[in-house]
Amino acid sequence: MTISIDPQKTNNESLQPKGWLRYFSFSLDHKVIGIQYLVCGFLFYLIGGTLASAIRIELASPMSDFMPRDIYNQVLTLHGTIMIFLWIVPVVNGAFGNYLIPFYVGARDMAFPRLNAVAFWLIPPSGLMLVASYFVEGAAQAGWTAYPPLSITTPQSGQIIWIISVLLLGGSSIFGGINFIATIIKLRRPGLKLMQLPMYCWAMLGTSLLVVLSTPVLAGTLILLSFDIVANTGFFNPVLGGNVVVYQHLFWFYSHPAVYIMVLPAFGLVSEILPVHARKPLFGYTTMVFSIMGIVVLGLVVWAHHMFTSGTPPWMRLFFTIATAFIAVPTGIKFFNWVATLWGGKISINSAILFSCGFIINFVFGGITGVALAQVPFDIHVHDTYFVVAHFHYIVYGGTVFIIFSSIYHWFPKATGKMLDEKLGILHFIITFIGFNLCFAPQHWLGLNGMPRRVAEYDPQFQFVNQISSLGALLMAISTIPFLINIFLSARSGKDSGDNPWNALTPEWLTSSPPPVENWEGEAPLVEEPYGYGKELSEQK
Amino acid sequence: MTTLNSSKEIQKNNPEVNEKHEDFRIFGLITFLIADGMTFAGFFAAYLTYKAVNPLPDNAIYQLELPIPTLNTILLLVSSATFHKAGKALLKDKNSDSQKWLIFTAFLGIIFLICQLFEYFHLPFGLTDNLFASTFYALTGFHGLHVTLGTLMILIIAWQSRVNGGIVTSQNMFPLEAVELYWHFVDGIWVILFIILYLL
Ligand code: HEM
Ligand SMILES: [Cu+2]
Repeated sequence: MTISIDPQKTNNESLQPKGWLRYFSFSLDHKVIGIQYLVCGFLFYLIGGTLASAIRIELASPMSDFMPRDIYNQVLTLHGTIMIFLWIVPVVNGAFGNYLIPFYVGARDMAFPRLNAVAFWLIPPSGLMLVASYFVEGAAQAGWTAYPPLSITTPQSGQIIWIISVLLLGGSSIFGGINFIATIIKLRRPGLKLMQLPMYCWAMLGTSLLVVLSTPVLAGTLILLSFDIVANTGFFNPVLGGNVVVYQHLFWFYSHPAVYIMVLPAFGLVSEILPVHARKPLFGYTTMVFSIMGIVVLGLVVWAHHMFTSGTPPWMRLFFTIATAFIAVPTGIKFFNWVATLWGGKISINSAILFSCGFIINFVFGGITGVALAQVPFDIHVHDTYFVVAHFHYIVYGGTVFIIFSSIYHWFPKATGKMLDEKLGILHFIITFIGFNLCFAPQHWLGLNGMPRRVAEYDPQFQFVNQISSLGALLMAISTIPFLINIFLSARSGKDSGDNPWNALTPEWLTSSPPPVENWEGEAPLVEEPYGYGKELSEQK
Repeated sequence: MTTLNSSKEIQKNNPEVNEKHEDFRIFGLITFLIADGMTFAGFFAAYLTYKAVNPLPDNAIYQLELPIPTLNTILLLVSSATFHKAGKALLKDKNSDSQKWLIFTAFLGIIFLICQLFEYFHLPFGLTDNLFASTFYALTGFHGLHVTLGTLMILIIAWQSRVNGGIVTSQNMFPLEAVELYWHFVDGIWVILFIILYLL
């Protein structure tokens, strides 16, 4: 049920703890909730990253010597699940969405602050539960896709805990989505038109539509799966007359949109960051909006490109190949718009824009391998090989995680009033960029040569390339160090940023940094041209 | 119910505020119901796919009787109408009439659930007998859960619309409107379910 709180009144200051303690409270302030999402997500990122390192250590040699095979499967499953459901999705939606969207629409808070806090507080318990399942009877082993019959035959308790925590995280995501849609559509400041909204609002609107339309299908599917596991029904169990392919259809009906849930908000964030640091208006605003909506619509009808080897009939292959190829069009438009935004701009080289440019480079590469994967004859060769792993890491890590870092460099001064150190930031970027490409580029080759994914052992001929990849992973792990040092040092004794260190025009900067509880002293400004760079600041009124 | 209390408080302090934000709470609810509807859509899609591509074994029992579900369909449709009556009455400040209609609606909901359980106990198949049986119970069970929840909420607002001290009044219609919308949604899903599961 929705909640009847008036946003103007929710920040009842006397009731809420002050200082850092409020980050541990059931705060209703969208800025606090945003930071809670970010920090919580980052802690899970560290856990997921540790698991990834374990995977890469194991794969440095062809035998399963670092850990037993079933542990490897658990580590791999936890890694994928944590990274997707506890790091990327909550951070790129929940953290930045909560922090920025109310500013962008000129509101004092989200439409349903209490629902918002509930959505956040579902995450830590379900995440901890998921991690704890490792210590019970072993965590789930069936991968983040939990395909039956594997998920039915592996030990039950881990799989059931996995299902429960993914259901809770899905619920959190749906509540968040409802809140974003209501905030963007209904809570806009009077006079602010939809086509004047900063691009991140559009990205979040599209993402939230996908969340609301597809996450419930995953929930229903997992409920059926849990019946198969505990109640001995046969929905997905061929032995009992069930059908595993139905699971795959339902799962990918959620999970293909889910990849856009992970990347569309990053599209929005990069569209905010580039114009500020290139001092140019965002190129092709209208085409950007239509591309986002096009991606939302197409994103719902391409899911079976994950199932080309699941006995899909030819007409289905044809349809889903063509639909998938079409998605490259709006995606390409956005890519060219970003490049055009940079073109001829007065670019200041700083950590934020470096990470954004890293995003553009990595993302276009991942997009190209994506289009290649959508071609059935090619996909049949590389499906379930390391080529697929390389593809989606180029997008999820090279794309979204790069943008998360870029956004942290960009908005850290907003939230704290302190600048991050640029030297450490650039060092962080260089190590991450090299490490990332060293880790994942060779995996294309591994996949093309037939190394299957999700297996702890491999043909010794692949050892050298795997070791390069592991070296890259080591660099990526190291890259976290300068970042963490930077965050702690700058938060304590960073240079004062002033209210608007980047001279940005989007509404979140038109108030003090850090912002007051009610976001603006007085009325929210009406920003009709959030990207009006190249004109005088005073014309903006 | 903190929800209802806080809504009362806000309303007392500032009636326009409540008025102004009324519609986006309903908007949020509609978004939620779309999401909920997608869960059902997933179940329906699975059921129809099974029907199309997974033949049941020869000895499988999957015949359903029509009388009880038909009665149930009528019950729910009538209950939608009686709920509507309750809303109309409340709008005219006839709180006790409204309360009577609400209680009648909840009563219909309860009869529905009893009929459903009666059907469950008299069906010749159990949850794990075959794919059809499992899907049947999953779909009707999930829907029944929605009816149960709805009935409880109707009883709560029926209590809250009492003449003395009730907080659901013509000035504070939101709780009633929200539950009404939910109830119509649940009825609508039942009609689709009835067609797909019993008639097809
Ligand atoms: C240009 C658009 C894209 C196209 C055409 C595309 C195409 C594909 C195809 C055909 C596969 C299936 C490969 C296989 O399993 O054999 C795949 C896998 C995958 N893609 Fe993409 N993709 C695109 C963008 C994205 C984006 C934006 C993301 C995430 C943010 C993403 C994440 C993934 C993931 C996670 C998988 C692997 C799923 C798994 O099996 O575990 N892709 N992609
Ligand atoms: Cu996909």
